[in-house]
Amino acid sequence: MRRKLPLSLRFGAALTLLLVAMALLSLLWTPYPAEQVRVVARLRPPDADHWLGTDHFGRDVLSMIMVGARNSLAVGAAAVGLGLLAGVPLGLLAAALGRWGDEAVARLGDLVFAFPAVLTAILLTAALGAGAINVVVALALFNAAVLARVTRGAALAVWRRPFVGAALALGRGPLSATLVHVLPNIAGIVVVQATILFAVAIVNEAALSYLGLGIQPPSPSWGKMLGDAQTHLFNSPLQAVFPGVAIALSVMGLTMLGDGLRDWLDPRHRSSGVL
Amino acid sequence: MLAFLLRRLASLIVTVWLASIAVFAVLQLVPGDPALLMLGVNAQPDTLAALRGQMGLDQPVLTRYLHWAGDLARGDLGVSLTYARPVAELVAERLAVTLPLALLSLILSTVAALPLGLLAAARRGRGGDWAVLGFAQLGVSMPSFWIAILLILLFSLTLHWFPAGGFPGWGGGVGPALHALLLPALALAVPEAAILARVTRTAVLDTLGEDHVRTARAKGVGRMAVLLRHALPNALIPVATVLGLQISFLVAGAVVVENVFTLPGLGRLLYQAIGQRDLIVVQGVVVLLALFVVVVNALVDIACALADPRPKGGES
Repeated sequence: MRRKLPLSLRFGAALTLLLVAMALLSLLWTPYPAEQVRVVARLRPPDADHWLGTDHFGRDVLSMIMVGARNSLAVGAAAVGLGLLAGVPLGLLAAALGRWGDEAVARLGDLVFAFPAVLTAILLTAALGAGAINVVVALALFNAAVLARVTRGAALAVWRRPFVGAALALGRGPLSATLVHVLPNIAGIVVVQATILFAVAIVNEAALSYLGLGIQPPSPSWGKMLGDAQTHLFNSPLQAVFPGVAIALSVMGLTMLGDGLRDWLDPRHRSSGVL
Repeated sequence: MLAFLLRRLASLIVTVWLASIAVFAVLQLVPGDPALLMLGVNAQPDTLAALRGQMGLDQPVLTRYLHWAGDLARGDLGVSLTYARPVAELVAERLAVTLPLALLSLILSTVAALPLGLLAAARRGRGGDWAVLGFAQLGVSMPSFWIAILLILLFSLTLHWFPAGGFPGWGGGVGPALHALLLPALALAVPEAAILARVTRTAVLDTLGEDHVRTARAKGVGRMAVLLRHALPNALIPVATVLGLQISFLVAGAVVVENVFTLPGLGRLLYQAIGQRDLIVVQGVVVLLALFVVVVNALVDIACALADPRPKGGES
C-alpha cells in the first residue's frame, strides 16, 4: 500500500516549488527591470502599477523580490552543494576509517562550530572584501562540517548492519561497500539535512546582505532590501514587510519539506513540526 | 566521570588552539600588504612602517603567530588602529552591552519556551499543541533581524514605547539600560524560544512514555504534578544541550541585531572595524567570540554529563 505523504511534506514542497518557480520566472520576466531606477516613483505604496510598491530609488519591489529569490537560491544551492561535495565523502571516510577518522571529523566539527557562519563570513570579508563568494565559502564550510557529522553517524550505523559485513566477507573492498551499500542507505538522511541547511543558508545570506557583506548592489537581495527599508521605515513601512515575508515563507517551506521528508522516509520518527 | 572531564578538557584545548590558528590564517589571506590595506594608499611611509612593525609583518608567519598567540593567552589583543586603544579595553567596554543582551535574550527565550513546550506536551494533538507548534514553525522561519525591524516598527515608531536604537549606558541606571535592551533581546529570543519550545515538547513527550512516569501516574500522582516533578526535570538535559548549541546562533544573531538597533556592543564594534579596515580589532573580536562559543559548549556538555546519571562513553 502506498504511504500517504505527510501534510508538512506537501505544504513544504508547494512553498519551495513556488520559490523556485518565482526564481525561474525572474530569468524570463519581471514586471519591471529589477535594477531600473525611477526616482520620480520612489517609495510608492502598493498600487495597480507596482503591486508591492517601490523602494527609495523607485525600483519595483515585486521585481526585486523575484530576482532576490534567484540570488538567495543560487547562494543556498552553491553553499549546500559545496557542503555536500566536501562533507559527505569526509563523513563516509571517517566512518570507514574508524577511530582516527572519527576523531578527525569530530575535531573538525568542533572547530567549524566555534565560528557561526556569520562570523566566518565577517572574517573572510575583512581579509578579502565583501561579496557573495565569501558568503558561499563561509556557509559551505559550516554545511560541510554538519554534513560530515550527519553522514558519519548514519554511515556508522549502516556499517554495523549484517549485510555490509556479508558484502565484506564476500570480498567487497571498503570503498566498494561504501558506494554500493552505505551511501544508498544514508542518502535520505543526508537529503533531509541538506534541505534544512538550505533554509539556514537563506537566512544567513539575508543577514549578511543586510549588513552589506553579502550580495552587492545593484543586484537585489532580500536582506539588503530590508536594510534599505529600515532607513525609510517611517515613510514606507511596507517595504520592510515584503522581503521579510519572502524570507520567512522560503525558510518555512524548506524546513517543512525537510521535516516532512524525514517523517516520510522514517515513519518511526514523529516530527514535532507544525503539521 | 574524571576521565570524561579530562577528555572534554583536552578537546577544548585542541579546539581553542585550532580556532586561534584559523583566525590567524584567514587574515593572512589579505592580498598584498595588510598595513597598506588598513591605512590606505595615501598613508605616510613612516606610518606604514610603524604599523608593519606593530603587526610584525617583517617577521616570518610562524613567529608572528607565536607572538600573537602568546599575547592572546595573556589577554593582550593588540592596539586598535582606529581607536588607538588596546582592543582588550574596547572589548571590555562593549561586553557591557553584548553580555546583558545575550543573557536577557536567553532568559526571555527560556522563560517563554519551557511553559510553551510543557503546554504543547500536556495538550498533545489539541488546540494548545497546535498553537505552540504554529508559533514554533513561524519563529524558526523569521530571521531575528527582520523580527527586530518589525518590533521597531510596532513598538518604537507606532506605539512609542521603546527607543528605536541606541544605548544610554549603565551610568543612568539599570532601568533605562534594560529598556533599551528589551526589544533587541526580544528579537533574538523569538527564534530561540521557537526552537526550545519544540525541543521541550519532544523531550517531555519522550519522558512521559518512560516507566517511572507511568508508575507515578499508577500510584495516583496528578497530571500536573507528573508533568512538573517527573517529566520536566528529566526533559531539562536535552533542553540544556540545545540551549548550549544555540549559543553559536545567539552570537551570530547578536552581531546582526546590535547593528539593527545601533547598540554599541561587540557586534557593532566588529561591523565598524570591517568598514574601518581595522584588522587588529576584527582578529581580536572574532577569536574572542569563537572562544566564547567553544567554552560555553564545553561547559554545557560538562553540566549535562554531571546532571545525567547514565554512564558516560564515546565522544561528547
